[in-house]
Amino acid sequence: MADEPHNLDPQHTTTPVVAPGLTFASVTDKISSIVLKRKTPIWWFAGFAISFILFQLLLLTITQLLFVGIGLWGINIPVAWGMDILNFVWWIGIGHAGTLISAILLLLRQQWRTSINRFAEAMTLFAVAQAGMYPIMHLGRPWLAYWLFPYPNTMGIWPQFRSPLMWDVFAVSTYATVSAMFWFVGLIPDFATLRDRAKSKPWQILYGLLAMGWRGSARHWHRYEMAYLLLAGLATPLVLSVHTIVSFDFAVGVLPGWHATIFPPYFVAGAIYAGFAMVLLLTIPLRKLYGLQGFITMRHMHNMAKVMLATGLIVGYGYVMEAFFGWYSGNRFERFMIWNRMHGPYAEYYWALIVCNIVTPQFLWIKRVRSNLLVLWLISIVVSIGMWLERFVIVVTSLHRDFLPSSWGQYQPSMWDWTMFIGTIGFFFTLLFLFIRFLPMISIFEMRTILPEAEVEE
Amino acid sequence: MAEDEKPEEPWEHDLEDPEPFHHESAHPAHSRRRGVPALYGIMAEFDNPTALVAAARSSYEAGYRRINGYSPYPIEELDEAIGFKHTTLPLIVLIGGILGGLGGFFMQYWMAVINYPLNVGGKPLNSWPAFIPITFECTILAAATAAVLGMLALNKLPQPYHPVFNNPNFALATRDRFFLVIEANDPKFTHGEAMQFMRTLGARDVSDVEV
Repeated sequence: MADEPHNLDPQHTTTPVVAPGLTFASVTDKISSIVLKRKTPIWWFAGFAISFILFQLLLLTITQLLFVGIGLWGINIPVAWGMDILNFVWWIGIGHAGTLISAILLLLRQQWRTSINRFAEAMTLFAVAQAGMYPIMHLGRPWLAYWLFPYPNTMGIWPQFRSPLMWDVFAVSTYATVSAMFWFVGLIPDFATLRDRAKSKPWQILYGLLAMGWRGSARHWHRYEMAYLLLAGLATPLVLSVHTIVSFDFAVGVLPGWHATIFPPYFVAGAIYAGFAMVLLLTIPLRKLYGLQGFITMRHMHNMAKVMLATGLIVGYGYVMEAFFGWYSGNRFERFMIWNRMHGPYAEYYWALIVCNIVTPQFLWIKRVRSNLLVLWLISIVVSIGMWLERFVIVVTSLHRDFLPSSWGQYQPSMWDWTMFIGTIGFFFTLLFLFIRFLPMISIFEMRTILPEAEVEE
Repeated sequence: MAEDEKPEEPWEHDLEDPEPFHHESAHPAHSRRRGVPALYGIMAEFDNPTALVAAARSSYEAGYRRINGYSPYPIEELDEAIGFKHTTLPLIVLIGGILGGLGGFFMQYWMAVINYPLNVGGKPLNSWPAFIPITFECTILAAATAAVLGMLALNKLPQPYHPVFNNPNFALATRDRFFLVIEANDPKFTHGEAMQFMRTLGARDVSDVEV
């Protein structure tokens, strides 16, 4: 849906966003055949099976949690947030790249987004689903989670709207809803494509129901484009607000290490950084396995690597400023906080974070590194780990030693913290495997718009 | 801001019309179609977007107004060619956003100030800066919902049946084929004349679309 998809600047020396020689028919057939015709590859079954098994760990953990309570996890006073909240932030951050690719890059008219936006949006949705589980399970009595919503109740009371935790409820649920709508609206024309290509009756009916009778009418397209553009315009401030509000969960508290005005921008940049790492992590093997190099070209890889580098630098600036504020504040608690991060019991996490998130992305300055997919893939893994460490450092090192030494403590994640985390990774990949099998992972109609033959000659 | 659009359901008109257009006495030009199902329109098939846009322009210039194009992807020039320029969708979204924002803020205001005033840390009851994040989220949620539901409603979707699907080639409208339809309820429409006109447009095929 790039608004001016047709005029690829001839002076532009970078590799094109689509491989030459593709036509409406070949694009349609190639992408839809992954869903409709091709035999499901053996690696799909293997990958799905492994993810599904890991997913069972999540169900097991949640069941156990409902019986035993959150004492199952390693959290305690003073570190009452631990891995649950850090994983929540990690997952929701990953989701943000999807919205950035689908909404912000649309508004900026970056046509290269076209072949990766569908996939990135799916990633957003699935990551938000994982993220949403953590705060709910962390409530202690998750079955009362609906108390968070302002509904008229027999207790006659209302939620506390002055609390960032309530803001979080609204931000995350709005984000999940809008991401799902955006994704579904983007899929409608492609459902119609699948409906018209599907050979067997049940699939025709299923895709037909989802397509809702889409027929590509010019009047429909006109309103559709308008709706899509408006959704992108709404999703853009939304995605910035969500991670801002997530950072408020920390920044509004008066704890040293949390109470910092740099948190919102630094969290948003970190989210995009982690999200692009995850998109790269997933698309590099996928384009190879499904032979999609013509759609997801090296230009995409370069661009994503560059976005990762840019946001990585912003994140690095955030770390430097955190340390600087700690020192410059003259406040002994702030100074202790930063000293404790660098030299305290969790110092190795801090330095590992610096290596992963500040040192590693510097290799992306080099074009040869960006062109080497294996290296790029490994860097993405390192960045994902680094972003997890960042949240660990923020959550744990700030909480475990606050103002009063008599209330200091240590945090050690329990086995169940890890099974829950691994379980959410399993659930995420389970959903992702189902997605690539049953839905077109590249937006077919948007690919058509960027083909040379889409141009209307006057 | 009126929706600059013509109704897309000619069969509804047929029901209201006591004399369907294939009735000989009402429309002599339709005499050949006596006894066959009512006509939705005439459809021409094209291989590329340029031909479709050109054909749509000629049809509009020839005086046809109830015309519609069908394409596998959005074509900006086509909207102009068929004379479809405005949609009320942005207004709907704006109203949705305003209602969401006001609703979000006054929901919090009513709950925290009127229905259950509670002194929290000496903060004023109407601590409006703390209400802004939720107000913002409600604005976005309502506006986005209005955009999606508004788009579907204006497009009259979901719509399981539509006459254009009767053309067996129409499945290609979601692949690489482009279609132009002059609808039978166009004031200028007569079957023979429209058929003749559409044959001059350089289409690969021209056919009747039955309701």
